[in-house]
Parts: sequence; C-alpha cells; structure tokens
Amino acid sequence: MSASALVGAPATVLSGAAAAQPARSNVHFDKVTVAYRGLTVLKPLTLEVAAGEILALIGPSGSGKTTALRAVAGFVRPASGRIVIGATDVTDLPPYERGLAMVVQNYALFPHMRVEENVAFGLNARGAPKAMIGERVADSLRIVGMAQYAKRYPRELSGGQQQRVAIARALAVRPRVLLLDEPLSALDAQIRRSMVEEIANLHRDLPELTILYVTHDQSEALTLADKIAIMRDGALSAHGPTGDLYRRPPNRFAAEFLGRANLLPVVVEEAGAAGGFVKARAGATSLVAAATGEQAGAKRLLCVRPQNVTLARQGERCNAISSILKEVHWQGELTHLVADVENTPMRVVTTRLPPLPERGGRLDLFFAPDDASLIAEDALV
Amino acid sequence: MSDAIVAAPRRARQNLGGLWIAPPALILALLFFYPLALIAREAFTDEAGAWTMAQALQVLQSRFFLNALLNTAEIAIAATMGCVILGVALALILAFTPFPGSNFIARLIDTFIALPTFLVTLAFTFLYGSAGILNGALMQGLHLALPPVDFLYSAWGVILAEVTVYTPFILRPLLASFSLVDRSQIEVASLLGARPWRIVRQVILPAAVPAVIAGGSLCLLLTVNEFGIVLFIGAKGVITLPLLVYDKAIQESDYQTACIIAIVNVALSLGLFGLYRFAARRLGG
Repeated sequence: MSASALVGAPATVLSGAAAAQPARSNVHFDKVTVAYRGLTVLKPLTLEVAAGEILALIGPSGSGKTTALRAVAGFVRPASGRIVIGATDVTDLPPYERGLAMVVQNYALFPHMRVEENVAFGLNARGAPKAMIGERVADSLRIVGMAQYAKRYPRELSGGQQQRVAIARALAVRPRVLLLDEPLSALDAQIRRSMVEEIANLHRDLPELTILYVTHDQSEALTLADKIAIMRDGALSAHGPTGDLYRRPPNRFAAEFLGRANLLPVVVEEAGAAGGFVKARAGATSLVAAATGEQAGAKRLLCVRPQNVTLARQGERCNAISSILKEVHWQGELTHLVADVENTPMRVVTTRLPPLPERGGRLDLFFAPDDASLIAEDALV
Repeated sequence: MSDAIVAAPRRARQNLGGLWIAPPALILALLFFYPLALIAREAFTDEAGAWTMAQALQVLQSRFFLNALLNTAEIAIAATMGCVILGVALALILAFTPFPGSNFIARLIDTFIALPTFLVTLAFTFLYGSAGILNGALMQGLHLALPPVDFLYSAWGVILAEVTVYTPFILRPLLASFSLVDRSQIEVASLLGARPWRIVRQVILPAAVPAVIAGGSLCLLLTVNEFGIVLFIGAKGVITLPLLVYDKAIQESDYQTACIIAIVNVALSLGLFGLYRFAARRLGG
C-alpha cells in the first residue's frame, strides 16, 4: 500500500457529515470570530486553505493562531461566522464528526496503550473493520518509520519517536485536514530540524493532505508551508504564498516577524517606474525598490533582508548606499555586520568577508532593486 | 591512630542517633501492640492460661459468626461498589463538565468526611424512617395506613448510609487523578472520532485506576469495620463482625468470643490492606 493511499480514498470509516466527503478538502474561514467572556480573542477572520496545501498560522503568543485552529477542530465555538471544510459547514458539528485529526505539542499519546493501540484508536472509534485497522496501523507506522516499535508503550520511546507515533495515529484515520498545533516545540533543536524535514517528506508522499500548521517558529513555517498567515492581536496581519510574503512583506510586522529585516526610512521620489519599481530617497542617496501604487513624496520603509545586502557591487542596476561600520560578529559559517545608515541600523549577513575598515570607518553596502520593497511605515492590521 | 580518634565520636553519634527510634516505638507498643497482644492472649488461652485453639475453632464454625461474616462481606462489598459507582459519576461531572458552583459542591461533599457517621444515619431516620418526611408525605398523599418505605431498617439502609458517608473517600482521590489527565488527550481522542462515552472508558478511566483502587480499598476497609451506622440503624437481623464483638463483649460479657472475632476482624482488615498494596503495586499506583 502506497503512502498516498492514506489520504484521498473514500472516507468509508468516517461518521456523520464527514462520511459523505472525500478526504481531500479545503478549509474556509468566513468572518469567524471567537470571544471568551465577552473578550474577543479572534477578530473576524476570513481565510482559505486550499486542498492539499500546507498553511502555516504563525504569530506571537496571544495572537489568535491557536484559537483559529481550535475553532476548526471544534474545541471552541465561534461567536460569529462559519467554518466550512470541503463542502460541509462544520461550525455546529462536534469534533468527533468533523473527520479531522490533530497532532499537538506534548504528543497526547494514551499512556496505557501500546503504540499500535494508539494508532488504531481513531479507526476503532470510527467503527472500521478489524482487517482494515490492522492494515492501516501497519501502513501508518511504516510511513513514519516506527513499525518496529508497535508493541512498545509511549513511555518507552523518545520525544521524537512519540511525535512520529502521534503523526501515524493522525494519518491512520485518513483525515480530511490534519491540524498540527506546535508539534515540534517540545523537541530539542537537532531533532526539530530533522522532524521538519520528515514532515516535508511526508507531505511530498501525501500531496493531497491539507495541513493547517500552527507554530511560532518562523523557520518551520518557511520550510514547510505553501502559504503563511501571520496573526497579530487576534487578527490576520498578512497572508500569502511563503516566498512572496518573505520577499515582499506587506507591513512592518510581517517583515520583522518573518525573518530579520532592515527597514530604512525613505521618501518616494518618483512613482511608477517600469516593472513595478519606484525611486526613493534615503537621506542624500537615491535607491530603487519594488513597489506598486506609490505616490511621490510618500514616507515609506525600504525593506531588505540582511542576506541580500552585499559588500561588493553585483551588476549595473545595484543600489549602493554608504554606511558606518559599527559591529562585526563572526559566527563560523556566517558573519553578521551591523552598520549605520542615516541613524538606522543596517544588518548584513555574509559568508565571504572581504577586508573591512576599522569600526567607525566608511563601508559601502549594495543590494539589488528586486531584493528591496517599500512598505507603509505604520502599516498595521 | 588519628583515624581511631576521629572514628570514636562518630560511632558514638551513630549509636545515639539510633536511640531516636525508641520513644515512638515505645509509644506504639504501649498504645497499639500491647492491647492487641492482650486481645490475642484472651482469644487463644483457656481459663488456666494455657494456649488453645479449641474455643477459636468453635467460634469460627458457629452459625452466628458465619452469618456476621457473610453480612459484613455483603454490606462492605455492596457499599464499596455503590461508593465507586457514585464517586466515579460525581467526579466525572465535577472534573469534566464544570458548572457554576461545582467547586463549592466538591467541597461540600468533602465535609462528609469530617462528620460523625451517626449524623447521616440520624438524618436518614428523619428522611426515610417510619415517621420520616418521605413516609409522612406518601401516607398523607396516598391515604395509606402504614409507611410504604421501610428499606431503612434493613441491610439496604446500612448500605445506603455507608455509600453516603464513604463516597467522598473515592471522590477526593478521583478528582486529584482526573485533574492530572492531559486535556489534549481528550481533545485528540474526540477529533479522532471518539464520542464522550468512549473517551471516558478508554482515555479517562484507565488513568484513574490507581485512584479507584486506593479509594475503593479504603472504602472496603472502613465499611468492613463500620460500627456506628450499623448500630444506629439497628436493622433487624443485620449483625456484622464489629457489632458481634460489641454484643459478645458488652451485652453478654463473653470476652473470649469477642476477642476471637476481633482477631478475625483485624486479620480481615490487614488482608484487605495487603491486597490493596499488591494491586496498587501491580497497577503502578
């Protein structure tokens, strides 16, 4: 049995409304709000997760990302709005009729059950035939590389192994959507990196599986997600394809939350340049950056990632700006520089370090117009 | 040489340290083991002071003893089962379906532990007794000549009173155990398709097995040795081992028979305690 057989097949063991739906499903939030004792913790959220897509919901603590996930799961009742999975409005359905599965930070394995019993739990709960349960349990454990641990108890496994079992348990029921709630937060850094790669491989093997992934770790989101939704103060701050959101963040919060960003105050000099680029001035220096719909004279922030700033000119159209070198931090593979441009710190990350001036000396910095974008200074939610 | 000089005071300190066990051991011996030894001597010696098992064997084979033993076992097991069923149901409600005032109700149930056992029995007399509120209302409402509810003065009355008094002994460890159940296990199980009853059976209760065993064993011990409730209800024909000890010692002044039955009662209690420890160890409690 191939890995892809774990999703997409008719949901023969699903119950209730979920039984009528195929496993491949999208998730649609339609103006969903959640309130606890009158306090709104999720402001009207409208968001689409396409079938087979990994959407990462990221944001700081209290931003509403977990609340949004729990609303999909049915653990919290929206105060208003609807949640639709596939063609089913699940807003009023109890969790056990939604046809979903979830993996959580602390694994939540049942400690008194062996690994194989844990994986079979959902299938038993959904009334699957015994022959199917045996087959599915074996397949799920094989996919996560835990087949040889079937007879063990969770306490006899490491954290990474327990998380693999939790993923196998979720996959065994062929969920319409897999919910991952900070699944790697309890693991140490090395195992976390390896698990991120394993989840990426898993989705390559199961391309029809829709995954809603909540994390506060931007690197997990950047590695795994097709799209990212950034939450802030209970509202959606930014949403888009991962690469686009990283390269062209729509606001300051998105730029700073999704990796490190240099944000240089500029004034738009000349709008509507060819190819979606505009000229902007930082002090006496004229720069070119990607932007659309800008008006001349508008105050903006020029956003450029530290690894896109170089110490040598790369091509004719390259932006050049003079700075004062402030700090140099050698970190083995990478060297981090901090320079001052018009009283704004400008970070540079480089792998190859040419001869540098003394601290306080002049240092020319370069970056391509395509690597820079303009965002509104006070652009919030 | 220097080692010997240093070692001597240390050894003296160690010897002195061992003496600290003496006062509590002496108090324990005086208050517990000595009276127990007196009871054992009374049970197993004849009038001339010689050790004998004859009287003990005669008592153990007597109809009154076997009846009392059977009554004790039946009432204790039934009451313990009632406590477990009621305790589990109440604990599940209080722990997993919180409602306004649930904490207050849990504390209120706890206070039963502090109350003397006869108080509940007295309250039951007012409620379910021949001239109690329930019978009064039924006789008046249905124009009956005799009280229709008369279970109180039977083994059922004793069992009901013991269930009321001892359920908190199950409830408290269960609430503590349920508070440790990982809520995410329940949520994940629910999302995997498990309905509430399956979650209770397969996720919550297995985690509470040590608490049920601990609380149930305590209930069994207490109900086997219960005296006040049985005496106060005064149910006809319901004689348990503690009541038989009382009858033989106080009513009939037959101290030897009373002591023999008391020894059996102690052995039964210690046996139950041993069983509890064994089960708790096997189940990881």
